[in-house]
Amino acid sequence: MPQHRLSPHQWLILTVVALCAPLGDTCLSRGMTHVGAITLHDPGALVRAVFTPWVGGGIALLICFFASYLTALSWADLTFVLPATAFGNVIVALLAKFWLHEAISWQRWAGIALITVGVGFVAQGPPRTERPGGANTAQPVEAAEEEHAR
Amino acid sequence: MTMLFIAPGTGAWAAAGMIATTVILSTTGEVLTAAAMQKIGDLDVIRERSGMKGAIKAVVTCPLFFAGVLFLALAFFSLLFALNHLDLSLVAPAAASLTLVTNAVAGKIFLKENVDRRRWAAAVFVCVGVYLLAH
Repeated sequence: MPQHRLSPHQWLILTVVALCAPLGDTCLSRGMTHVGAITLHDPGALVRAVFTPWVGGGIALLICFFASYLTALSWADLTFVLPATAFGNVIVALLAKFWLHEAISWQRWAGIALITVGVGFVAQGPPRTERPGGANTAQPVEAAEEEHAR
Repeated sequence: MTMLFIAPGTGAWAAAGMIATTVILSTTGEVLTAAAMQKIGDLDVIRERSGMKGAIKAVVTCPLFFAGVLFLALAFFSLLFALNHLDLSLVAPAAASLTLVTNAVAGKIFLKENVDRRRWAAAVFVCVGVYLLAH
């Protein structure tokens, strides 16, 4: 039977996947805008940019994203994890609206609604589906419970 | 309408080709990475058994993982090339949303994932949603 339940730890991993990618991109974008134009005549500027707070923070967030993304892929399907990644854009848009008080057009609200519905569809199903020939061996919740019981 | 987002001297077919290249490279990278992680197994379980070092070792000793990262890097450079000729407001949403659909197709064909009607609907909903949100 495919597992329909995710453990709290697995929900946490998916939340980190969803949050770190858009936040990391935003930090990189802000950092690189502050650094200014980088030309081929001064390649050292690119190295110096890595050590600025915003760019360094962005890289750290993207490393967190990639580690969590790989962990999620080890117990969930690609078609389960990718909508979770896209849901991060919704979180960032909502943060922009309610924290930074930015205006959100009706097209963006429609986008938020569609992504939320799409993620809801996927979240109702199992994170990893059965494969023909029994190739699917990952049983995330059971495996974790067995480990705890040991 | 779309011509507004394309730099002078870049044809519509060339623009489509750049976006398609980015999408294909990105999908190949995602599928190879997902296949690598399926092969390695549950990282949470490996980490509980062998610690963080064991989990990192399991990932970095898998050739499929490096093949995936190589294609993801190529997709990144392909995106940079496309951004040199096309507007961000066209390339970013188009590549991000199309990749979701191509990944669903590739997941079904290559990873043998059971992409049922619910997941197809989710792929299309999220694809259109990302385009609207990012545009």
